[in-house]
Amino acid sequence: MHIMEGFLDPIWCAVWFVIAIPFVVLGAKKIIELVREHPEQKMTVALAGAFIFLLSSLKLPSVTGSSSHPTGTGFSAALYGVSVTAFLATIVLIFQALLLAHGGITTLGANICSMGIIGPMVGVLVWKLLIKAGVNFPISLGITALVADLFTYVVTAIQMTLNHGQSMDAFVNFLSNYAATQLPLAFVEAILFFMFGVYLVRNKPEIFDISADVAAKEAAKSEAKTEEA
Amino acid sequence: METKNKMVYVAGFAVIALLVIAVLAYGNAEGWEFGGADDGAEGVVEDVDPDYEPWYDGLMGDYELPGETESMLFALQAAIGALIIGYFIGRYTRKD
Repeated sequence: MHIMEGFLDPIWCAVWFVIAIPFVVLGAKKIIELVREHPEQKMTVALAGAFIFLLSSLKLPSVTGSSSHPTGTGFSAALYGVSVTAFLATIVLIFQALLLAHGGITTLGANICSMGIIGPMVGVLVWKLLIKAGVNFPISLGITALVADLFTYVVTAIQMTLNHGQSMDAFVNFLSNYAATQLPLAFVEAILFFMFGVYLVRNKPEIFDISADVAAKEAAKSEAKTEEA
Repeated sequence: METKNKMVYVAGFAVIALLVIAVLAYGNAEGWEFGGADDGAEGVVEDVDPDYEPWYDGLMGDYELPGETESMLFALQAAIGALIIGYFIGRYTRKD
């Protein structure tokens, strides 16, 4: 999903940076707050970041003859919301831009927007809907990861189209390059997060309590109890 | 509960392995090149916007990391992630 260095006009680089920065700053603040109020959450925040680190480094083959990588943002999106995910994704993207020449410094803002903000945003929406509908945690987590991953690539296609071509054709072109190749990967990611959800419900169900919103909090408790029983 | 969970993990990893192997085998038979969607995007830009020149080459300019070094850094990134996840699982798995 990384847009390469130099492949966005300066004006678009600026636009995406302006959108991204408030989220990242808010995310940093939120993490500091969270760790201060719930020191036991430190490990879980690290875990959310670790998933992004691990999964975004795994370049796997996918359908149309190209390879791309999962994003791993589903977990942190579901537990901590968009801004925290934006901050964690920023760390990973800077690492890759500086050390791996993967993505870039000028396109960092655009990449944060797709991987750290808009993709996870759709994921959070889906997560809330699923939890409200009474779907259990592992399945919700898997689907959230799948959606966050796919939309990251849809957004990248939109970003490229806005800069290059600005036509429906160009959009379809970029989208088939990105999003279609991403489907099998997103499924792999969904299965991984589903399994990790099963693990968490069994071993550390309280994780879902603190981070979920009030409505989900209630559901979390009864869910954890029935799972334990 | 315990055995049911184990079945979930085994089944999950089996499905992932099958998916990866199936795509690799199919792709190999079709003669795909596993290049990368990011490089693919470069080609699409050339199609829809032929006059476009990348205006910035990045801090390292034209210098490309040797393949081995790049793999090493990707492996390092994966290792950092896997280490934390492994620590978490080791620490929080219930012993009962």
